[in-house]
Amino acid sequence: MDAARLSKKIYLMLRINFLVLATMKLHIKYDFNICCKVVLQEQLDKLELPYTITGLGEVELKGTVSTQKYNELESALRKYGIEIIDNPKNVFTQKVKDVIIEMIYLEEALPTLTISAHLAERLNKSYGYIATTFSEVTYTSIQNFITLHKIERAKQEINAGKETLTEIAWKLNFSSVAHLSREFKKLTGLTPTAFQRIIKKRKEVELSEAKIGKH
Amino acid sequence: MNHDALHILLADDDDDDRLFFRDAIAEVKVKTIVSMVNDGVELMTRLNNPEISIPNLLFLDLNMPRKSGMECLREIRSNNKLKDLTIAIYSTSASEVDIEETFVKGANIYIKKPNDFEELKNILDRVITLNWQYHTAGLNRETFILNIS
Repeated sequence: MDAARLSKKIYLMLRINFLVLATMKLHIKYDFNICCKVVLQEQLDKLELPYTITGLGEVELKGTVSTQKYNELESALRKYGIEIIDNPKNVFTQKVKDVIIEMIYLEEALPTLTISAHLAERLNKSYGYIATTFSEVTYTSIQNFITLHKIERAKQEINAGKETLTEIAWKLNFSSVAHLSREFKKLTGLTPTAFQRIIKKRKEVELSEAKIGKH
Repeated sequence: MNHDALHILLADDDDDDRLFFRDAIAEVKVKTIVSMVNDGVELMTRLNNPEISIPNLLFLDLNMPRKSGMECLREIRSNNKLKDLTIAIYSTSASEVDIEETFVKGANIYIKKPNDFEELKNILDRVITLNWQYHTAGLNRETFILNIS
């Protein structure tokens, strides 16, 4: 597996499929926290910077760091899709995103508590403040971000093909299949069924091309 | 490396369409750098030139002289170096069959060329914002499909 692809954000793809040989497919699941921590440790060690990893997405450097070393660290980490965030509003927005993403992808089913209430509770700020800061930093509203990721998870589940649309809709807190289909169509321009058909055909095309390549 | 600007390439043989596109994209809120090519051969030469950086997002007209958009799509998707390139088909056709075929062949976005400036602006805004989120929010590109027709 290509090390450069172990980016911070790749954990979203809980199942990645890639073709090793034309006939062999490996299904891989990995812990993104461990991946990132190891990359961080390796890079910090390489630059001989004394540090403590204080939490998820936080590193404390001991003593002062020269600009040159800081820049070296920044570019070394960027290769892995890890970015140093140095503006407080960006830091806060990143936390908001982390909480949303954790809720949407890491739980088997979404909590029934509304996402806005959950965010306010977890971040200890009013939802109004959270939403305003979020819109200032990103190019989108918090609601759009949530829908985007809910539909992304729906795509993953459709792609995996283990559950019916009814089950997926229930898991992701949509009130009905019709509601999921409506949101899906609004975001992708396709119905979930058309999406499913396209993905299936793509896999068939890939498979037949891999076979041709082998001959 | 410029993190903020999105590099966009348009492949279209029609002068008017190119101008229309350039004006509309200038009004989109995400910062962009726009380059243009006139046909499929020029497009593939540019993408295969190691001295020119690969754009983030390609708008591809299907109906071009010398090499069609469909041929370009096939070539791009069979080239591993171009796997991260988001492809938006930009076409006058809106037949269901065409749309589905381009998606199956690896296009990410299908846009039916609008005739209205305001509409084009809104579409570009939506496409670019969404693509920008794919860059920054770690969504799976392999299942990135958007139909605006």
